[in-house]
Amino acid sequence: MTLQVRPPAEVATASAGPAAVDDGTASATAHLRVFRGEAGGPTHYDAFDVPVEEGMVVLDALHWIQGNGAPDLAVRWNCKAAKCGSCSAEVNGRPRLTCKTRLSDFDLAEPITVEPMRTFPLIRDLVTDVSWNYAVNRSLEPFTPPADVPQSDWRWQQEDIERVQEFRKCIECFLCQDVCHVLRNHETERPFMGPRFLVRAAGLEMHPIDQADRRGYLKDVGGVGYCNITKCCTEVCPEHIKITDNAIIPLKERVADEFYDPIQWVWRKLRGTPDAPARKDLPVLPSAPPAGSAAATGGDSAQPPRAPEPSVPAAPKRAATRTKRTRRRSDAGDETPSEV
Amino acid sequence: MGPGHEAIGDIESHPYDVVVIGAGGAGIRAAIEAKAAGASVGLVCKSLFGKAHTVMAEGGVAAALGHVDPEDKWQTHFRDTMVGGKLLNNPRMAELHAREAPDRVRELEAWGAVFDRTRDGRILQRPFGGHSHPRLAHVGDRTGLEMIRTLQDRAVAVGIDVYMECTITRLITSAAGANGASESGSVVGAFGYWRTTGAPVVFPAKAVVLATGGIGKAYTVTSNSWEYSGDGHALAYSVGAELIDMEFVQFHPTGMVWPPGVRGLLVTEAVRGEGGILRNKDGARFMWDYLPDDRRGEYAATDAEATKWVTAQSEGRVTDARRPPELSTRDNVSRAIYTEVREGRGSPHGGVFLDISYLPAEHVRRKLPSMYDQFKELADVDITRGPMEVGPTTHYVMGGVRVDAETGASTVPGLFAAGEVAGGMHGANRLGGNSLSDLLVFGMRTGAGAAARAAAMKAQPYLDPVQVRDASRELAAPLERGGDQDPYGIQRDLQDVMQRLVGIFRVEDDLQEAIGELARIKSRWPDVGVGGGRTFNPGWNLVFELRNLLVVSEAITRSALQRTESRGAHSRIDFPDTDQAGWGGRNSVVRRRGDGSMEVTTTTLPPMPRALGVLLGKAH
Repeated sequence: MTLQVRPPAEVATASAGPAAVDDGTASATAHLRVFRGEAGGPTHYDAFDVPVEEGMVVLDALHWIQGNGAPDLAVRWNCKAAKCGSCSAEVNGRPRLTCKTRLSDFDLAEPITVEPMRTFPLIRDLVTDVSWNYAVNRSLEPFTPPADVPQSDWRWQQEDIERVQEFRKCIECFLCQDVCHVLRNHETERPFMGPRFLVRAAGLEMHPIDQADRRGYLKDVGGVGYCNITKCCTEVCPEHIKITDNAIIPLKERVADEFYDPIQWVWRKLRGTPDAPARKDLPVLPSAPPAGSAAATGGDSAQPPRAPEPSVPAAPKRAATRTKRTRRRSDAGDETPSEV
Repeated sequence: MGPGHEAIGDIESHPYDVVVIGAGGAGIRAAIEAKAAGASVGLVCKSLFGKAHTVMAEGGVAAALGHVDPEDKWQTHFRDTMVGGKLLNNPRMAELHAREAPDRVRELEAWGAVFDRTRDGRILQRPFGGHSHPRLAHVGDRTGLEMIRTLQDRAVAVGIDVYMECTITRLITSAAGANGASESGSVVGAFGYWRTTGAPVVFPAKAVVLATGGIGKAYTVTSNSWEYSGDGHALAYSVGAELIDMEFVQFHPTGMVWPPGVRGLLVTEAVRGEGGILRNKDGARFMWDYLPDDRRGEYAATDAEATKWVTAQSEGRVTDARRPPELSTRDNVSRAIYTEVREGRGSPHGGVFLDISYLPAEHVRRKLPSMYDQFKELADVDITRGPMEVGPTTHYVMGGVRVDAETGASTVPGLFAAGEVAGGMHGANRLGGNSLSDLLVFGMRTGAGAAARAAAMKAQPYLDPVQVRDASRELAAPLERGGDQDPYGIQRDLQDVMQRLVGIFRVEDDLQEAIGELARIKSRWPDVGVGGGRTFNPGWNLVFELRNLLVVSEAITRSALQRTESRGAHSRIDFPDTDQAGWGGRNSVVRRRGDGSMEVTTTTLPPMPRALGVLLGKAH
C-alpha cells in the first residue's frame, strides 16, 4: 500500500473545531424518569430535572443526579468512554450504553425514561445481575493452539485475522443478550448461550490456528439453532459487530455442514458417532428468585437475592423502540409504575 | 464452594494462599502465576470481571520483539525507559521489564490474543513517544481490551475463583506472637463487602497482592475511571508500607477538551505515532520549539523529514528519516500544550489542535477505529476531515508501593504490589506502552513471589477478630450515623484542590495551600453520611474511596513540596531546573507514623550495576 499524503489541513480558524463555545444551550433542561427499586421490593420511577450542558450524555445526567440529591442511585459504570461496556441500560425502551447516548438525540420536551436491562434479574435501580453471562462463558472450550507447531513458527496475515478481530472488539456490554428475544422472553425449554457467546465462539472457531471443534457444543449445549436471525443484536451492538451475518450465520452453517449434510451423515456412520459435547448443560438464565442469597465461590461473585418475575421493570409504552421483535410476552409493557 | 468456605462470627470468610486485590492486567496475571505455582488463589475486584482500567489502554504494549526493526533489543528498551524516567527508575526493575516483556507478549499470543501483523505474518509494532524503535505490539487502538480479555479467558480456563463487585476496605495484620503469624504486623488478610448486597466478607490469606491501579480520581480532569481512587496505595500506607515517588503524576498530553462531559477522556498517543501533528490556533507546529536541546538530534528537522518518516512507518518500512517532534516524551508534550494555551495560542475550547486528517480517511479509520468513533459520536468531529481539540489530562501515577524488583514484595511482610500501584519501574516519567508491559512482567513476578511466600508458611494465619469487628463497624458507620457531609461534594472539593494547586506546574505557595485545604477536607470525612441502604449503593462505596483519595492526595502534595527541582512529570515553577547533584538518584518516601501523621523523607536508588550503566552511555 502506498500512502497518499495530503497537505496539512487548515486548522487556524475556530470554525475548524466543533461549533462555538457555550452558546446558551446550557439553560436547557432534560426531564429524566429513572427506574428505582430493589429486587423483591416495590419499584417506582423518580423524576429529575437535569440542567443540560453541551454534548451531555445520559450517564452524565445520571451522575448529576447522584451528586444532587440521590447519592445512592445505583448505576454501574466504569470508563465513560464506551470501552468497558458497564453502563448498559434501556433508554426510552432501547438498549443503549448510557455513556454514548447523547441527550441532544432526544426531544427534551418529552421525559427520557431510563430503566435497567430487563432480561437480567434486578439488583437495584439500573443495576442488574449479569452473572449468568459469566457462567455461560465458562462453558466454552478455550483457545487451543496446535501442540506440534512451535510458537516461533506461527505466521498469519492481517487479512486472515480481520474477522476474528471484529469479534474481539466485543466489550461485553450484554446489550445483545438483553435485546435477544430468545433470552428476554425465555422462549425455549433448553438454555441458549445468546449472541455475545456466539460471537466469542466464532472468534475462537475462526482463529487461524485454533484446533478445537466446538460444533457439537454449539448444537447441543449452546443452542445455536434457537437464533432465528432477527438481527436485533446487530442493531444494538455499540461496537458495530455484524453479529448475525458474520458470527451466527457462519456458525450455523458449520454446524449444519457437520451434522445435517447427508454426505457427512454417511461419513459419520462409517467412522462412528462424533464426540459427545465435553461439557454439561448451560445454566438456565434465572427468571425467579433462588432459595436464599448464598455467596458463590469457585465462580464469579455472590448472587444477590433475585427478583421475582413481575418486578422485572417494564416501560409503560415503548414507542421509541426501534428493535425488531418477533414475539413478545403478553405481560411485557403493561405494568404501570407504582409511583412516578 | 471454594476451599474452606467458613465464617468468622457471622461474617462470610474465604481463606486462600494468595488473595489478589484488583483484576486488571497486573492482578489477573499475578493470579494466573500464583495458581500455576500451586497456590490457591482468590481474585477480588470492585467492578465486574473484565471491566478494569486496563480495558482503556489503547496504543500498545512495549516489548523489544524486533519484528519491525531488528536493531531493537532489550538493551535499547532499557535505555529508553531509563532516559524517559530521568534516571530515577529502579534500574533492576527497568532491566527485568525490558528483558522479559517480549516473552510476556508472546505468551499472550499463545493464550489467544490476536495482535495486528507485519507483512511476514508476525506481531506488528508501532512507534511511540520516547521509544527509539517501533516497539508497541498492538491491536488497532484497543490493545488494552485485547489484553484483558485474553487474560480473563486464561483465568477462566485455569479455574481461578473470582469475587467481583467486592470492595476491600481494610487489610488485616497479625498481632505480635499470634498463632500462625510469622512476623508481627504482617498482612494476613483483607476485609471488604459485596457491593451487590452490602454484606461484609473477609479473605484470610498467607499473601495479599495489591493490583488496584492508580489515583486519577484525585483530579477533576482525568482519563481514569471512577475505580482509580488510590485504594491499594492507601491500603498499603495504612499498614505501614512505604510509598515512593508519589510526586510523579503523569499528565497525558492529549485528552479530549470538549464537550464538557468527556473532558479528559484519552486520545491515544497512537494518533501521534501514526503521524498526528500538533498545531496552535495560528497553525504553528509548536512542538519544534519545545524539544529539549540534548534530544533534538533524535527528531526530524523539517516537515518534509517528518512526513517521510510517517509515510515509511505507515508502509512498514525502515527509514533514515527521524521521528516527528510530536513523539517527544509525555511530560514534555504536556508542558508544551499547557504553555501554548496559557499564552493565548490555544483552540476555542482551551486545548490545541491534533490533526491526522492529512492521511487517507480509510487508513485513519483502520489504524484508529476507536478514536474515529469516539470523536464522531461524542464530539461531532470527523477526524478524517478535520483536527481534534486536545489538552493534558491526569493519566497515570509513577509513584506507588515500594517493592522488591524480583518478587513484588512491599516493605511489609505478606503484602505485595504489581502494576500501577507499585512504584519504581517508571521513575519520573513513564513511556507510553510501558504500562501494559509492566503489568505483565511484574504481575507474573509478583504472583510467583506471593505464591512462594504462601508455600513457605505452615498454617493459615489467624485473623484478629477485633480488627474484623472494627472494620465491620467502620463499614456500617456512614449508613448509620446520619452525617451531614455529602460524599460527592467532598470529592468535588478534593478534586478541585488537586487540579488547581498540584497540577502540571507546581509552586511552593500552592502546595502549602493544598496541604491546608486537604486537611480541612479530611476533617469533614468523619461526618460523611449516606442514605439508601446497603444494596449497590455508590455513595456508600465512595466514602471509602474518599478516604483513600485523601491519603494519596496528601502524599502527592507533600512529596511535590519536598522535591525542590523539576524532573520528568514534576515541574516546579520556583525550581525550574533539574538538580542532578541534589536530587539525582533520590526517591521520595512516604510512610505512616505511629500517631497517624504522614512522614516524607528520601532514599537513594539501588546502585546501578556497571553493565547497565554502560548501556546508558552519556545519559548516565
